Amino acid sequence: MSLRILVGVKRVIDYAVKIRVKPDKSGVITEGVKHSMNPFDEIAIEEAVRMKEKKIAKEIVAFSCGPAQCQETLRTALAMGADRGIHVEVAGPQFDTLQPLHISKMLAQLAKDEQIDLIIVGKQAIDDDCNQTAQMTAALLDWPQATSASKIEAKDGSLQVVREIDGGLETIKVKLPTVVSADLRLNEPRYATLPNIMKAKKKPIKKLTPKDLGVDVSPRIEVVTVEEPPVRLAGAKVENVDMMVEKLKALGHA
Amino acid sequence: LTPEQREVQELARKFAREDVIPVAAHHDRTGEYPWELIKKAHSLGLMNGHIDAEFGGMGLSNFEGCLIAEELSYGCTGIGTAIEANGLGQSPVILAGNKEQKKKYLGRMIEEPLMCAYGVTEPGAGSDVANIRTKAEKKGDHYVLNGQKMWITNGGHANWYFVLARTNPDPKAPPHKALTGFIVDRDTPGLTPGRKEINMGQRASDTRGITFEDVLVPKENVLIGEGAGFKIAMGAFDQTRPPVAAGAVGLAQRAYDEAMKYAMERKTFGVPIFKHQAVAFMLADMAIGIETSRLAWMRASWEIDQGRRNTYYASIAKALAGDVANKCAADAVQIFGGNGFNSEYPVEKLMRDAKIYQIYEGTAQIQRVIISRELVTRFTA
Repeated sequence: MSLRILVGVKRVIDYAVKIRVKPDKSGVITEGVKHSMNPFDEIAIEEAVRMKEKKIAKEIVAFSCGPAQCQETLRTALAMGADRGIHVEVAGPQFDTLQPLHISKMLAQLAKDEQIDLIIVGKQAIDDDCNQTAQMTAALLDWPQATSASKIEAKDGSLQVVREIDGGLETIKVKLPTVVSADLRLNEPRYATLPNIMKAKKKPIKKLTPKDLGVDVSPRIEVVTVEEPPVRLAGAKVENVDMMVEKLKALGHA
Repeated sequence: LTPEQREVQELARKFAREDVIPVAAHHDRTGEYPWELIKKAHSLGLMNGHIDAEFGGMGLSNFEGCLIAEELSYGCTGIGTAIEANGLGQSPVILAGNKEQKKKYLGRMIEEPLMCAYGVTEPGAGSDVANIRTKAEKKGDHYVLNGQKMWITNGGHANWYFVLARTNPDPKAPPHKALTGFIVDRDTPGLTPGRKEINMGQRASDTRGITFEDVLVPKENVLIGEGAGFKIAMGAFDQTRPPVAAGAVGLAQRAYDEAMKYAMERKTFGVPIFKHQAVAFMLADMAIGIETSRLAWMRASWEIDQGRRNTYYASIAKALAGDVANKCAADAVQIFGGNGFNSEYPVEKLMRDAKIYQIYEGTAQIQRVIISRELVTRFTA
């Protein structure tokens, strides 16, 4: 096998940051806040790099859509082992209303333009938790899909994927070309070593606009309001079950 | 910082937080040498960064090396010192080695995670380097070394040592003519590392005495030539004092971060202790110290990267950072109160680790001697 893999990497607020809502309730504060690659996308890149090391893949193309700082996310992907990057630049305000459907259309067009055999994305982004992009991309391309992958094996020209589902683990076989979304236990991503970080500087990043891919990024949604989750109320202790039932009735919960 | 510098810093920071911090207390308690971390740091490219690309290294600037040093020290200065000590041992070779010496002794450091050591201090001579007693007598194509070195970091694990020895027995010979620098392989017969010293802090680092009994060193391993040793040994410090200062700043930063977090959570008299001005002021003073000592190492490092002599700035940075680290660590213990004195909390280790920053790599007093000399030079210029 000699696959060309397209990996989507999203720039998100770092998982360790305490999220704060803007005073005008229009969104969360992103200015000056630490961002990094979506952890599930790191796992996606790692899987692609491992496939290249096993000689199953021949080229890894990393893709990111968003403001100029996405270049940093792409550089991290290159430092981990991707060969080249594609940045579809979308400015701040438009980026805020981007939906998985827009991204899926971009991935689908890139898959055709770049002759991609396998698309791997993280199963969801930690900011919107959508878990839609892989599925929509596969539908747009009319390709099979293997989502929430926790193991991928190349076998006789197709992929055998173990999926994490509610009931346990499901093993399916998908023909190539296909779309896979990476789940948490697929692998543990490597650190980019310093020599690789240096080498990544020389790898090319192609810049495109949504128009180049024939994708209309005008908003399909309107954000009405963004609010913090309700503050957790204090509880109360009771002596026994009967008192608990009484209390629940008094509070109108039973 | 440039994006490139930021990436170097990010990698070192990630390694320090995710790999070093979880095991630092264990290595401090047991004194076990952190081989696993050294191997990982080596594979990530965080070690030996200053070795030139010509010999397989990455040719990082002094500044980038210092960024790494500060981040590693944030995790643990004992482990940071073990990882960074290669820099000191290699400095004389990088400064004064010929191509064959560089290829042989620097090249091998890139290929495998090997350690090296800087062997100058003796039981009887630390600050007074000119008075070292280890002898080197020329015999045919070799020099025969006899003597004792002490407090050699990585002494027990080094693959090779930079050793300063006296080649001119004449007591009237000035230091910059009497001493010679040698590269000595660990497996040379007669070279015996002593026991691992049990120190107050930075206990993960390996410090030993080394005995030299008729150790034969080939003449090809002389750096530059007889009599050039003193200048080489001292010149190394201009390279290595900025990263040591950066390490002290890393410790100070850690002390501050731990103390700040505690001060915002611990309550006394109904409020988080940060609300008491006495505590808030201690933290403010820590911040003052950290920001200024960081700028100090950055200036010292930048000067040498620009190709200028940075002795004045390097000494200032090292002196300041050592003092700041000790004050921040002691104040952090104070802020933690009774908990700070206890080994279950991270700050008592910081206080034990900080002390050596006022001693090694030139004592606080020697730094002030150097600075005052520089002041005279500038005054009379």
